[in-house]
Amino acid sequence: MTRTRPPERAPARREAPSAPAPGPASGPAVVAVRGVTRRFGDVVALDDVSLDVRPGELVGLLGPNGAGKSTLLSLINGQRRPDSGTVRLLGGDPRDAASRLGLGVTPQESGLPATLRVAEVVDFVAGHFPDPVPSADLLEQFGLAETARRQTGALSGGQKRRLAVALSLVGRPRVLLLDEPTTGLDVGARQALWEAVRGYHAGGGTVLLTSHYLEEVQALAQRVVVIDRGVVRADAPLDVILRRVALRQVVLTCAVDLSTWPGVVRTAAPAGPDDAARQTLFTADADALVRDLVRADVDFRDLEIRGASLEEAFAEMVEPGALVEGADR
Amino acid sequence: MTTAPERPAAAPATGAVVTPLRLTWLHLRFQFLESIRIPMAVIGNMLFPALAMAFFVVPQQEVAQNPLWATTAVAGLAMFAVCSASLFSFGLGVAEDRQLPFDPYVRTLPAGPAPRMAARIINAAIFAVLGLLPLIVVAWLFTAASVTVLQLLAGIGMILVALVPFVLLGMAIGYSMPAKAALAVVQVVLFPLAFAGGLFLPPMVFPAWLDAISKLTPTRAARDLLDQALTGTTAYGGAWPVLLGWTLVFAALAVWAYRRDEGRRFR
Repeated sequence: MTRTRPPERAPARREAPSAPAPGPASGPAVVAVRGVTRRFGDVVALDDVSLDVRPGELVGLLGPNGAGKSTLLSLINGQRRPDSGTVRLLGGDPRDAASRLGLGVTPQESGLPATLRVAEVVDFVAGHFPDPVPSADLLEQFGLAETARRQTGALSGGQKRRLAVALSLVGRPRVLLLDEPTTGLDVGARQALWEAVRGYHAGGGTVLLTSHYLEEVQALAQRVVVIDRGVVRADAPLDVILRRVALRQVVLTCAVDLSTWPGVVRTAAPAGPDDAARQTLFTADADALVRDLVRADVDFRDLEIRGASLEEAFAEMVEPGALVEGADR
Repeated sequence: MTTAPERPAAAPATGAVVTPLRLTWLHLRFQFLESIRIPMAVIGNMLFPALAMAFFVVPQQEVAQNPLWATTAVAGLAMFAVCSASLFSFGLGVAEDRQLPFDPYVRTLPAGPAPRMAARIINAAIFAVLGLLPLIVVAWLFTAASVTVLQLLAGIGMILVALVPFVLLGMAIGYSMPAKAALAVVQVVLFPLAFAGGLFLPPMVFPAWLDAISKLTPTRAARDLLDQALTGTTAYGGAWPVLLGWTLVFAALAVWAYRRDEGRRFR
């Protein structure tokens, strides 16, 4: 972002070592969540969550359904108030309308007012911003130009999704919040929307997106925040998270304890007490592990190999010693 | 759609905001369009006061043929129509809107509660006036009710002022509870208010204690002020303070309920 560039007339011969590195992740946080707790009745949706997003970052909030991702977004977009802790958006309280001038949010596709025409909805949202993208240009960009006169209720699922993302960009936001942007879309439509998000980010925009698909976060995010049961389990660059989350499960029965075998990231408890020799090993490379076991002539039987689901991968992060790393705290 | 929107990161120039007036106009246009896209709701709203007039006032010849009584009856019905439309369309309408997923989205747009509420009030006023037209036609054709043009305009002006507290009360109800509860509460609030306010029975037949209570209700204040505008009968002294006082109370309640509301009560 131009704001964060050092002034050009500044003497260039001495670099202040303490100056923030120029690049995407510099400057004051555009989204700052500090120690936020939010309950719904007895359910703790968010438990002491902290998260900073800096200008130009593309952060993926990854977690299973019901993890608290959408609740966190609703605190950042000013819809809800935390029970404790503070949330700042672009330096202000997100519940003040003025703080939301630089914010782009997608409506849920199912929630577009069905009787209004596409152009009417775009004009309505655009009218809230001092310098909106002209409606015709926006619809053109998202391949919706021919639908401008149609009522939104008559759009296909993919068109509604595109309209939802288009609406989030109409005000030229500095921060874009995307809640499960492509859930339920086919591959082509998903790719096209990802392209639009990348384009926005390449232009200097900041993105915070939620997903319960590893694939989606992998396609877009540079930094990944894993959230589960209302707690931040990990906050690290994408490749670090991928190494920990993209695991395979190797299940076998073996008299020897293999939990310390090279390549085994962790083990899961045996299924039952009578089955103590049955072991579940998580590893990044199941093929290599099995080859090693065979070569070392380890006596095992009933081998099963399957992928670890996101939920299983998250279970790992709850374990002691595997908590938050690389977080902005 | 592969091209990025140009200048996405351009920060809005400091201080550049959309004025509250433009935001109100924006929300008014949006709400008006939504209202007229369901024509039956508009037609029902327009017919109700006229039908009530045709069934309850026109057949009573001694009322219908007395210019003063007929005009007063029109005032009472008009006021009841406005009260009921405001309470129902706002109490119930807002509560129903809140259950739609578009409502939480609109709340994330950079507009506070004021433009939305102002737009709702103006939208209500537009449909209230539309709803009164058939009533006026029925009264003009089938009763002895008579007003001068000036009195008619004063009456319409008065109705527009008097509907504000009821719209605000409706919003306070709509933003505080789910639709099913709102429906019950609106009914519980509307009929006692209408009765105590003398919209059904003229307050002249009230016992003194009921008359004293009646004069503290917004409905009675509105009815008497409307009657004053239409017939020249002088309203009781406290009518204006009572109406304006309730307007302030309901405005505060509506804003409180809006701020407290966070959409649906689950994740």
